[in-house]
Amino acid sequence: MRVSVRFFALYRERAGTSQVDVDLPEGASPEELIGRLREVFPSLSIDSSALVAVNSEYAGRKDTLHQGDEVVFIPPVSGGQA
Amino acid sequence: MIRITLEPLDPQEISGLVRQDGNGAVVTFLGVVRNSSEGRSVLYLEYEAYQPMAERMLERISREIRERWAIEDVAIAHRLGRLMIGEISLVVAIASPHRKEAFEAAQYALDRIKYVVPIWKKEVFEGGEAWIGSGGEGYHHS
Repeated sequence: MRVSVRFFALYRERAGTSQVDVDLPEGASPEELIGRLREVFPSLSIDSSALVAVNSEYAGRKDTLHQGDEVVFIPPVSGGQA
Repeated sequence: MIRITLEPLDPQEISGLVRQDGNGAVVTFLGVVRNSSEGRSVLYLEYEAYQPMAERMLERISREIRERWAIEDVAIAHRLGRLMIGEISLVVAIASPHRKEAFEAAQYALDRIKYVVPIWKKEVFEGGEAWIGSGGEGYHHS
């Protein structure tokens, strides 16, 4: 199956791209996706504290991904200014 | 009303959206770009969003406010792109019949925005830059 990964902020800069399609075995998890990304983008280094979103919803690292899912790893979210 | 935009934010226009005859209180919060951060002179900020999710999360925060305080009149607008010192990055306007609920709901909205909405800012300062995360923790590189 194929999932689409979008990168933002720090991860976009580290990956050097804002989007990549990744082929994974059926039923793979975000955790396994991180392993695959590590091979493709050695400098990406997704933090253990990064949150995961699948199709614009927070998800768990051990959840099951599906064909066509959009996955985003979320570095710490911006704070307020005041 | 939820809005994520590259265009400048007009607080007057946004707070106007929540004003109704039954509301005696309007609380409007502005997030404004500061000229310094952790002792560094900030030149400008760059805001970036995972926009579909950010909009969904802002809608969710509005719904939570509706459920907790029965407040219908909520407007949240976040600007993206390059913002210079003094520019407005965030407007939260909340109106209710009485002030207590409006202040509480505004505080709640701001706390939630900080924790659940995927919007990031990069500080560009003299001599480097840093992605800033919640609670002032960030990833520093120069």
